[in-house]
Amino acid sequence: MRVLVKGAGVAGLTAAFELAARGAVTTVAETRPAIEGNASWFAGGMLAPWCERESAEQPVLDLGRDAADWWDAVLPGQVIRAGTLVVAALRDTGELDRFASRTSGYRRVAEDEISLLEPDLAGRFWRGLLFPDEAHLDPRQAMVALHDKLAAMGVEFRFGADAQPVSDFDRQIDCTGIAAADDRLRGVRGEMLILRTRDISLSRPVRLLHPRFPLYAVPRADTQFMIGATMVESQSAGPVTARSMMELLGAAYALHPAFGEAGIVETGVGIRPAFPDNLPRVEALGTAVAINGLYRHGFVLAPAMARQAADLVFNQDATKELAHETDGQRRSA
Amino acid sequence: MLELYGTELPSRLLLGTAQYPSPAILAEAVKASGTSVVTVSLRREMAGGRAGEKFWSLIRSLGVRILPNTAGCHSVKEAVTTAKMAREVFGTSWIKLEVIGNHDTLQPDVFGLVKAARILCEDGFDVFPYTTDDLVVAERLLEAGCKVLMPWCAPIGSALGPVNITALRSMRGHFPGVLLIVDAGLGRPSHAATVMELGFDAVLLNTAVARAADPVGMARAFGKAVDAGREAFSSGMLEPRDVAVPSTPTIGRAVFS
Repeated sequence: MRVLVKGAGVAGLTAAFELAARGAVTTVAETRPAIEGNASWFAGGMLAPWCERESAEQPVLDLGRDAADWWDAVLPGQVIRAGTLVVAALRDTGELDRFASRTSGYRRVAEDEISLLEPDLAGRFWRGLLFPDEAHLDPRQAMVALHDKLAAMGVEFRFGADAQPVSDFDRQIDCTGIAAADDRLRGVRGEMLILRTRDISLSRPVRLLHPRFPLYAVPRADTQFMIGATMVESQSAGPVTARSMMELLGAAYALHPAFGEAGIVETGVGIRPAFPDNLPRVEALGTAVAINGLYRHGFVLAPAMARQAADLVFNQDATKELAHETDGQRRSA
Repeated sequence: MLELYGTELPSRLLLGTAQYPSPAILAEAVKASGTSVVTVSLRREMAGGRAGEKFWSLIRSLGVRILPNTAGCHSVKEAVTTAKMAREVFGTSWIKLEVIGNHDTLQPDVFGLVKAARILCEDGFDVFPYTTDDLVVAERLLEAGCKVLMPWCAPIGSALGPVNITALRSMRGHFPGVLLIVDAGLGRPSHAATVMELGFDAVLLNTAVARAADPVGMARAFGKAVDAGREAFSSGMLEPRDVAVPSTPTIGRAVFS
């Protein structure tokens, strides 16, 4: 079977892997000139479905709990399994209780354990939550590695002008995110920063809760940190606004004053594709399948979505419209 | 029936649209609350012209009246510009006017508020000013042309509930004929019921519902509390007494001890 995957973001690459691994002759077409620059490129790379449950609905946890295993199996060495640490300033400890009441899979940690986990945060936070089963990866490294792996598996990549025209495929999977022609989709703007400092090191993603300016800091290689991310109901891909940057930097400074001396290596903006319920969908229509609406959970949800899409491709009844199971669950809920 | 700037509204609860887990949950919460008016902010969604259009069209599809707001504006100029843009985007002359004076407490800058209210009222807007419980400021806002006032009961998003009942009561007493909507600071349905019992005409809230574990359930609870508070106010509540008054007469009963 020949399958065309449109879009080389995290949804497209994971789908291509599932298809190629099951023996499909797979081509990935990406209208961008390279793998860089899509929403996934600006992701945090936190494999943190338990934390995300604070604001996301249950399907995100159900679909995402095996994500770290998937990434670890496909790209050995990329996944760091060190959990997530959630902290709040003393005057915001109510936020910590609120977060705890919405989530599961954590244990409460006090000052002494926080300083063992993250020595640079010693004395800064009295209470926190540790989500030990969570993990993280560097999305850019992971995407490049997955691209290389797919190429080695015989998957053909067509970038930029080569992406069109494409025909002669038995099946097509649309993974184009916000660029997909789907009126139900909206873009939710996310702004992020990459900072570099040698003055602080973290072993795991740290989330700083705040009633207005919540923040996460994800450690990356070369003393870099990904700092994110805003959630703005806007499809504008314009540069990071001064206000957003100020808020992100203010929160980073509150996490640790050493961030005040950090260099700003990069600012980035990604447009997250979301359906009105902020839940992902795999849908089939005729010979086409679409994966979309991964919202802020791309790396967490993509493996499960890719598996479902591959299942559809290999078991598809071309005359029947199929819906992703979460639709059924939601209808019956 | 609540009448705001000539529009009759069945519900006395006004709901904000920010911070919900998803637009779908927002839509369910709006339905469950029974609200007839939602507020929506333009400030942050403005970047790049109509880049927030998708979200706005979801708000429009809720089928309730839209009260755009100038949340996040810190100057008269910003607030006036945002109000004009809101009029264009939502096709309404209604504007909830916020001019923030303090970044930390989100306290209104009442001086800028009065100035902006005057400009917008003269421009034909129906202004809903977010103000404090200060009576003099309230008078100035009425002079500026506002027909509705929206005093806070605690800082925005604080969930503290009415922290100064005396001030709220005095405001109600001073402006018996003015529409007063308590805006900001409500945390629980009992807070909403309390201010409605004081005779306020409506309440506006957002965070208490949007950030609840179950926003839909909490929206329903607030809807009931607002109704209960209003009905209690209209029905004439008993004033507290110092002595116990048995609900069943005791005279004429046998005495056993």
